[in-house]
Amino acid sequence: MADQTSHGIGGLTFDKSKRSWPNEFNVFLALILIILLFEALGQILPYMNNQSMLFDFNDARDGTILNMARIKIIILQVSIIGIISLGVTQVIISGGIDLSSGPLVGAAAMIVMSFAQTELVNGNPNPKAVFGAWSFDLPVLVPLIVGLVFGAMIGAINGFFIAFARIPPFIATLGMFLVCRGISQWWTKGQPVSFPTEGYAWIGTGMMPVVWFIGLAILLHLIMRYTVYGKHTYAIGSNEEAARMSGINVRRHKVMVYMIASMLAAFAAIVLSSKNLTAQAGMGQFYELYAIAMAVIGGVSLTGGRGSIIGTVLGAMVFGVIQSGFTYIKLDAFYQLMAMGAIIIGAVVLDQYRQRRAAART
Amino acid sequence: MASDMQTNISGQEAPHSSAPLGEIILETKDLTKHYGGVHALEGANFTLRKGEHVAIMGDNGAGKSTFVRQITGVEERTRGEIIFDGKPVHFAGPLEARNAGIETVFQTLALADQLDVPDNLFLGREIIKWKLGPFSILDYKAMRQRTLDALEKTGVKIPNIRGSIERMSGGQRQCVAIARTATFHSKLTIMDEPTAALGVQETAQVENIIRTLKEAGEPLILVSHNMRQVMDLVDRIVVFRRGRICADLKKEETNGEDVVAYITGAKTQAGYEDAA
Repeated sequence: MADQTSHGIGGLTFDKSKRSWPNEFNVFLALILIILLFEALGQILPYMNNQSMLFDFNDARDGTILNMARIKIIILQVSIIGIISLGVTQVIISGGIDLSSGPLVGAAAMIVMSFAQTELVNGNPNPKAVFGAWSFDLPVLVPLIVGLVFGAMIGAINGFFIAFARIPPFIATLGMFLVCRGISQWWTKGQPVSFPTEGYAWIGTGMMPVVWFIGLAILLHLIMRYTVYGKHTYAIGSNEEAARMSGINVRRHKVMVYMIASMLAAFAAIVLSSKNLTAQAGMGQFYELYAIAMAVIGGVSLTGGRGSIIGTVLGAMVFGVIQSGFTYIKLDAFYQLMAMGAIIIGAVVLDQYRQRRAAART
Repeated sequence: MASDMQTNISGQEAPHSSAPLGEIILETKDLTKHYGGVHALEGANFTLRKGEHVAIMGDNGAGKSTFVRQITGVEERTRGEIIFDGKPVHFAGPLEARNAGIETVFQTLALADQLDVPDNLFLGREIIKWKLGPFSILDYKAMRQRTLDALEKTGVKIPNIRGSIERMSGGQRQCVAIARTATFHSKLTIMDEPTAALGVQETAQVENIIRTLKEAGEPLILVSHNMRQVMDLVDRIVVFRRGRICADLKKEETNGEDVVAYITGAKTQAGYEDAA
């Protein structure tokens, strides 16, 4: 019998060299590499006049050697989809997928904005009024609650069909995708909803979307890492049968996962409509795919059980840097889409290669 | 499977516990399971006392796993009674059985591959620092410490408990699954072929854990094909044949050849004639 104290049997001992660094570090490296690539292109491409993407050594402008204006824009433009991707991340970790988040943004924006309108616009009655007089100048809490309840409801329906009716998440949320797009067009028969109250407009003003994104990212990170909810989400995505055998209420948990995802998407809709001061039926187009892409670039595995909020935030940054970088080297938007597609596929290929290599090493 | 069994082992020389056995913890009366026309299990009367380790042997399809599945509530029995811990029970699922105190190690391991050892050990019954409903804060430190204690107690060697389960060998995974069972003191442990896919050294570890359970006085039902293991570990052998119990043998009074005769149908014990 092997002795009782040392950990290691049959020559198997803990070998530090076999420990791989966290996946998030790889995403971070990729982010640095992509930034360096754009910086290099800025020096090489003749029409760029040796501009830098992220650096600006004329520190009289903003007091730093960084191009703070561009950095702010990069973060700002990913933060709203980033909020959605936080929810999508936990859905994917639980072994599911949520395709309904983009149209949900459209539908939630339309509904929420209807409860956030002012009565008078420059002294004239609001030309875009949806409801009667009772709905004007409501406290900002009302549209917030309406939005989150609507999101929770949509998420609960998604979760119910996935967990109790056992419909594949892809199909259930694809159905909800169409339903939500329908709701957003039906709500005002396609008319935009505009002119929110000052309180509502504050939610998405200036850099506020970034504040929400970072705040929610920290909250979700803590939840996924340090709470029973997070542990069970990973467990269900890793081995649903084992989770059930271990006494986890898998069905109830799945409903919660989809509810939280949809509430985050609804909150993104609030921030977006507040930032744009209007809600339109077509809002949030492709957001569900971008949100999934951010998670996937960040190392969240579509087979479930693997990934993290930190990874997704880094994935969102990669997403933003690429978008901004293509504008910076003056390439047209359609090249952006093609490159983005290639990067998403590349990220998954790299991740799978890494997984296989790690598995072969032990 | 009878062909690869070691039949030259006698129960007389094998080590066995002389500790007195306690009261009855599990009793089945006329336990029966039919899958349509297939009578997988027919009228099984079985008792297990506290502190007793019993092996269930039999050829493939003899009803061993079916018997275990009825007790753990994985399937609903056709007929019969199960009395566990003095009360008749009717578990709706393995979870209820587990909550009642029956821990089962299944042939297919119920482990979450991407989680590490403490996470798996405490899956579904995490130690909590602050109680906040579903968002209760986990006490990682306590879970790691208790995992190390449990592994040490059971003699399981795992190089790095923080590594995810998917990076571990079959034996290590099996040890984690069994250590989980051994950590939470259950009223009854059931193991279905725990060493079927393991190497020599890993098998030794699993057997070591089973001995620990014996010392702790925890009753065990062990489904196994391995004659040496059975003779080494248990007090009593119950043989199944074609869905019926055909023998109930004390280890001291039998040997490998004898058991095989019961398994193959060459012999039937007095009192079980209807199984012939």
